[in-house]
Amino acid sequence: MKTIAVKDAVAMIPDGASLMIGGFMAVGTPERLVDELVRQGKRDLTIIANDTAMPGRGIGKLVSAGLIAKTIASHIGLNPETQQQMIAKKMAVDLVPQGTLVERIRAGGFGLGGILTPTGVGTVVEEGKQRIQMDGKSYLVETALHADFALVHSFLADYDGNLSYALTARNFNPVMAMAADVVIVTAEHIVPVGVIAPDHVVTPAPLVDYLVTNA
Amino acid sequence: MDAQTIIAKRIAQELRSGMLVNLGIGIPTLVASHVPKDVSAFFQSENGLIGTGPIPEEGMAHPTLTDAAGHPVSALPGASTFDSAMSFGLIRGGHVDMTVLGGLQVDAKGQLANWMIPGKMVPGMGGAMDLVTGAKRVVVAMQHTAKGKPKIVKECTLPLTSLRRIDMVVTDLAVITFPESGATLIETAPSVTPEQVIAATEAELIVPAHVPEMRL
Repeated sequence: MKTIAVKDAVAMIPDGASLMIGGFMAVGTPERLVDELVRQGKRDLTIIANDTAMPGRGIGKLVSAGLIAKTIASHIGLNPETQQQMIAKKMAVDLVPQGTLVERIRAGGFGLGGILTPTGVGTVVEEGKQRIQMDGKSYLVETALHADFALVHSFLADYDGNLSYALTARNFNPVMAMAADVVIVTAEHIVPVGVIAPDHVVTPAPLVDYLVTNA
Repeated sequence: MDAQTIIAKRIAQELRSGMLVNLGIGIPTLVASHVPKDVSAFFQSENGLIGTGPIPEEGMAHPTLTDAAGHPVSALPGASTFDSAMSFGLIRGGHVDMTVLGGLQVDAKGQLANWMIPGKMVPGMGGAMDLVTGAKRVVVAMQHTAKGKPKIVKECTLPLTSLRRIDMVVTDLAVITFPESGATLIETAPSVTPEQVIAATEAELIVPAHVPEMRL
């Protein structure tokens, strides 16, 4: 794990990169990394996230700045700008059931080629997918997701990069920390090693590539 | 009593102590305000919380304690938090005893459409498909009609949320269940007759000889 300034962390991300970004309606989203992506004007991004938040918050800022070429998410309903860009074909949007989305990310991080889920069988979600019968039940084959970068927000990070999360700000963060080539983390508090008890570490240090220093 | 209160109060009667319950956005959220005094259920918020409590007092909200719509909530004693994989493992894995969701259409077979109107409203399905597919019991809370048109139809014309047959729909006019035999009127709202329900419903209803009124 290396510590890094926020501007240098974002400078590593090229135009066209795929990014997993933690958060649920912007709760648990690494806002400082998002702000810096906007400031540096990174373009043609593929965003994998639960939702696109709302204008002015979290991933909503990337939408407003027109930086996203493609979004893979479960919900865009609270961000009218995402819907406008989708209808205008400025942004491709792939809508995925939330439980399927998180499992596809988990599969990507856990070395699985994909998952079998009953969710979506017989609905528009099934289009173009393989249906499999197992023990008399129907499942869809859903492929694993992987990204170039995961942008993760934690509550506590220790000097080694062990992470813990706060309340509902955990959401997709620990799963995404498993599923990208490069994992960049922000933390509300950076604390000495040992402050987070071993039982309370949710994301173990070896998963973290860069910890963004606090201002 | 307004339509939403009738629906929420009636659904709250389905709660039992110890149940794990997921409430959707809209009318379903109101169910939590009408929990019978002797019932203690666990409410899940799919963004990663069991033990969701009421909206906190002014000045007591925490930015990392929210419901699935991103609004501040509180956590009751004994609450737990977890990541989204766990949250949807609870949902899809059959650990959620009951979910209450909004609906656009429910059809005669009990199939639900509640996540999009092609060309008009494409918000994404969020957790709805997983909830309808995985929860042990699915209850739909909705107005009986929309702009005078029945929402309980012969066959859904909007995209389905799941092939799974829901268990019950509660509206401002009626309670309807969906056993194998077909959509069955089991209760009417206070001072509503079965004939009024039939007139406001497109789907064929099985109507028992005696249909009691909701006891609110």
